[in-house]
Amino acid sequence: MFRTFAAAVGVALVAGAATLAQAATMTGAGATFPAPVYSKWAETYKGSTGNALNYQAIGSGGGIKQIEAGTVDFGASDKPLKPEDLEKNGLMQFPTVMGGVVPVMNLEGFKPGQIKLTGTQLADIYRGLIKKWNDPLLVLTNKGVAMPNLPITVVHRSDGSGTSFLFTSYLSMKAPHWAADVGASDSVNWPVGLGGKGNDGVAALVKQTPGAIGYVEYAYAKQNNLTYALMQNKVGKFVAPTAGAFAAAAAGADWTKAPGFYLLLLDQPGANAWPITGATFILMHKQQANPAAGAEVLKFFDWAYKTGDATAVSLDYVPLPAPVKALVRKAWVAQIKSADGKVVYASK
Amino acid sequence: MTAVADSPETGPSRTAKGAVFDRGFEYLCFAAATLLLTALGGLIISLAIGGWPAFAKFGPAFFVTSTWDPVGEVYGASGAIVGTLVSSALALVFALPLAMGVAIFLVELCPVPLRRPIGTAVELLAGIPSIVYGMWGLFVFAPWFAKHIQLPIMGAAPPGSLWETITTGIPNGTGILAASAILAIMILPFIAATLRELLLTIPPAVRESAYGLGSTTFEVIRKVSLPYVRTGTVGAVMLGLGRALGETMAVTFIIGNSHGFPTSIFASGSTIASTIANEFAEATSDMHTAALIALGLVLFIITFAVLALARLLIGREAYK
Repeated sequence: MFRTFAAAVGVALVAGAATLAQAATMTGAGATFPAPVYSKWAETYKGSTGNALNYQAIGSGGGIKQIEAGTVDFGASDKPLKPEDLEKNGLMQFPTVMGGVVPVMNLEGFKPGQIKLTGTQLADIYRGLIKKWNDPLLVLTNKGVAMPNLPITVVHRSDGSGTSFLFTSYLSMKAPHWAADVGASDSVNWPVGLGGKGNDGVAALVKQTPGAIGYVEYAYAKQNNLTYALMQNKVGKFVAPTAGAFAAAAAGADWTKAPGFYLLLLDQPGANAWPITGATFILMHKQQANPAAGAEVLKFFDWAYKTGDATAVSLDYVPLPAPVKALVRKAWVAQIKSADGKVVYASK
Repeated sequence: MTAVADSPETGPSRTAKGAVFDRGFEYLCFAAATLLLTALGGLIISLAIGGWPAFAKFGPAFFVTSTWDPVGEVYGASGAIVGTLVSSALALVFALPLAMGVAIFLVELCPVPLRRPIGTAVELLAGIPSIVYGMWGLFVFAPWFAKHIQLPIMGAAPPGSLWETITTGIPNGTGILAASAILAIMILPFIAATLRELLLTIPPAVRESAYGLGSTTFEVIRKVSLPYVRTGTVGAVMLGLGRALGETMAVTFIIGNSHGFPTSIFASGSTIASTIANEFAEATSDMHTAALIALGLVLFIITFAVLALARLLIGREAYK
């Protein structure tokens, strides 16, 4: 994979210099979270079609800047752009895969899923209002569990990250004090706690600090067997973070009412829905200066929608439900046009 | 030294071709030198332009407040500036005595067969990439540091004392002091290698005379060797400091990365370099980017000031 990456960077430089339409090499840049699945898809796609994708995982912020500047065929972001921002830059966006954020902790003797938390409690913990694991509020939620008399050490991401965006958006939804005093973004002014760099940085700090709580991507929590908490969802049920719970969140969401696919899958209805779920997005120009290149990109993602689900699942991402994919295909036809107004790509 | 023998005027006459070549060579060297200067100037100007929105909006408050809030678009850099200065200064405090010990041992006391292996080992330390220090720091050093240094110090603090105030923190081995310790290991080889070279420049006659007068080894080192290399030592220290100030990856891993003013040596903090590394890739708003670039300019100025100070000190000593 590293070799593909190095090659990708090299080819991208060459491709940037020569703007001639070469044997279909797509360029994209942005979010790091979906990079493993995009690379894997690209590898398989190249094997079957010969068309290559050069994806540079430079971060969502970088992806947005690059597509706005028009240096890449598509940008990728973990944070959906608001409809007005899309409009301003002549962009459209669509989701590709989903993932979720999972609270993990270091409590000796506790098994994964043994502790239950509500969204409000999570906000109180990250605000520094709930300071100990045997806080009366936590004891009330966890009846029958001997909550330890241990201070809670809060761990958050230190680097700007879509994971933090999703997490802080959720806390803002569940606690007015969080929305008013901290807010939601890739990086925020954390009231308390330590910052770890990346998922592994957060996990390492949590592992090394008894009583610590942190949050990581679902794939990371699963692959490393971290002790996660059950979260209360919108209908009041405590659920575990599983692929099924993320799919339930996506199924419960009403994408038809989300203009420009601006939808965070937070706190969705559905008995089994995991409350901190989110999709990652692709950004493209609505008016394609080079329709052939635009068509190649759409063809690739259409191919990924059709045949890439198994790959996504094997990498612990959650594929989009079929109705959402259908909506995205409709949006491609309706929104992505060449300079003379022709449809660039229609899925067959 | 008087060099007359082969000066161009008196030597064999040069061909016209040779003269043209020489002129071309001169220009080439001049271009190389000015290119670097121009690049440096361009760097400063682009940092200043990029950071201007932040300087213009926050004014002096950018330097004296410590709120760093990307959501509310309020940026104050004093936490990062203080974190940078404190972690680097502490690193120097740890590294300098050690480096002196290493250099003196290698030059004055070390048995000849051991000289090479120890010297090479110290130089190897300089070759380890900083990200490796970061990972090692977080996964190996931090737990050890927590258990054997942080907890005993915190435990020994009398309640309510100043000692307790400056040693409060989360006992997991991350924070300002741990970052300083890692930095100290990283800058040690640079300082030690420079000091060793300096000590080797002392003419043997000087040292031998001191021994001849009946001095002990310690007296020779303290009264003869160290004063002899005092000027260069300042340079070595500044070299290490310059490196510590700008160190990014290793510090990011272990300093704890919380904005705001560090209140104790075990508190988590941030440095200018770690803040930029953490946030630049995902900074989407213009003001966030501007604030980070402004931070870059501040770091540039601090590093520049350190180097200028070093020049000044060395210059003053040299003319004495």
